[in-house]
Amino acid sequence: MEALKKTPLFETYQEMGAKTIDFGGWALPVQFSSIKEEHEAVRTKAGLFDVSHMGEIEVKGTGALEFLQLTMTNDVSKLKEGGAQYTAMCYEDGGTVDDLLIYKKADDQYLLVVNAANTEKDFNWLKEHAGNDVTLENISDKIAQLAIQGPDAEKVLQKLAETDLSEIKFFKFKDEVELNGKEALVSRTGYTGEDGFEIYCKWEDAPALWNELLEAGEEYGILPCGLGARDTLRFEAKLPLYGQELTKEITPIEAGIGFAVKPDKGVDFIGKDVLKEQKEEGAKRKLVGIEMIDKGIPRSHYEVFAEGDKIGEVTTGTQSPTLKKNVGLALIKKEFSALDTEVEVQVRKKRLKAKVVSAPFYKRQK
Amino acid sequence: MNLPKELRYSEEHEWVKSEDGTVVIGITDFAQSELGDIVFVELPEVGDKVESDEPFGSVESVKTVSELYAPISGKVVAINEDLDDSPEFVNESPYEKAWMIKVEPSNTSEIDDLMSAEEYEKMISEE
Repeated sequence: MEALKKTPLFETYQEMGAKTIDFGGWALPVQFSSIKEEHEAVRTKAGLFDVSHMGEIEVKGTGALEFLQLTMTNDVSKLKEGGAQYTAMCYEDGGTVDDLLIYKKADDQYLLVVNAANTEKDFNWLKEHAGNDVTLENISDKIAQLAIQGPDAEKVLQKLAETDLSEIKFFKFKDEVELNGKEALVSRTGYTGEDGFEIYCKWEDAPALWNELLEAGEEYGILPCGLGARDTLRFEAKLPLYGQELTKEITPIEAGIGFAVKPDKGVDFIGKDVLKEQKEEGAKRKLVGIEMIDKGIPRSHYEVFAEGDKIGEVTTGTQSPTLKKNVGLALIKKEFSALDTEVEVQVRKKRLKAKVVSAPFYKRQK
Repeated sequence: MNLPKELRYSEEHEWVKSEDGTVVIGITDFAQSELGDIVFVELPEVGDKVESDEPFGSVESVKTVSELYAPISGKVVAINEDLDDSPEFVNESPYEKAWMIKVEPSNTSEIDDLMSAEEYEKMISEE
């Protein structure tokens, strides 16, 4: 087996006594204290995540916009300098290559932030479709990323920054923000359903920034958070995880992120035919929320049945730390997707009753 | 790591305690700390038979499902119904409040084959 890749925080994890696991080839901690406590901290105070494993790809050149319009499902022409956009990248058949964020730095300069395990695949896919007027560079090894999330995230991060962070609105960013003398790109984005920021800094600056943020956040009760809480937080907010809600066999429309698919953006893009039809006429499968009626917890890949037939499977499930209910997201046949439809989930040897409920399971009060 | 001397331990991280002809079974402090926040415990029913090294139930943390393996064979004579509403007892009190099942052993010599606290401690330190 190949050695696991390490983020710049790896030694810090060891010092903090956080055990790491293999996550898409990266050694990352599941938790620092407890998933529930970390989850709660992000919902009520603040939490700090190391997400340096995420991939960063730079797209430059006069053909950058045209190229992104071809490869992305969202309308990248709507993106303004200093803005971020969530989009998918699809195959011809509508299956998903990846879901990602695009940052527009200038008319001829964009930054793509992709899922760690997909970085190489994405880069190769993009390369295949790039013309001579576009240059692509995988800068994942140079850029570290920290995410500070939660209602107090801004107050904590502000202690390190001269720039007035309230000026950075949702899905906007500022480049070259000084954080205690370290330069970073700061965007008001995240993967938790809370307010917060994602901070892109130099690889070597990450450990100091991590410690400074934890120190600055101490008075607010900030907690360092691992992959476990990241997953439960994004799950409650119905933010898809590539490999579960999205795969090469699942389209963005089926996964419920149709808002990031713009068939009428005026130019052709890869996957458009299938996605346009699904967006207009509805896909055969739909991602729904389910809640267990019987005792049990739905988990990824558990099969879902109705009227004796298999109608789909659970993509993610757990006991929601916020709701304390056993809930899941499931990709099922559309005919069974109405609220309160009773379904069954195969939990090991038993088929347990569940019902379709509305998702997200958690929405931030604005 | 809390490993009471009077208990016996299995390779699958269960503890057993002999008590008036029955055997009480739960999971160890090490197991609960590895699993993290326990949110659900699935146990057999009173009267069910359990077989050593075979699954008799499961514990679920926020993140994962783990099977519980019976350290000995026998018949279930009691289950801890408190765990239904308070699965967090497994984290808070793995040897007391979070006992899981009581079994009437079919072969008491199986208990002697289990590890002592020292042996179990040695095993987990090598893991």
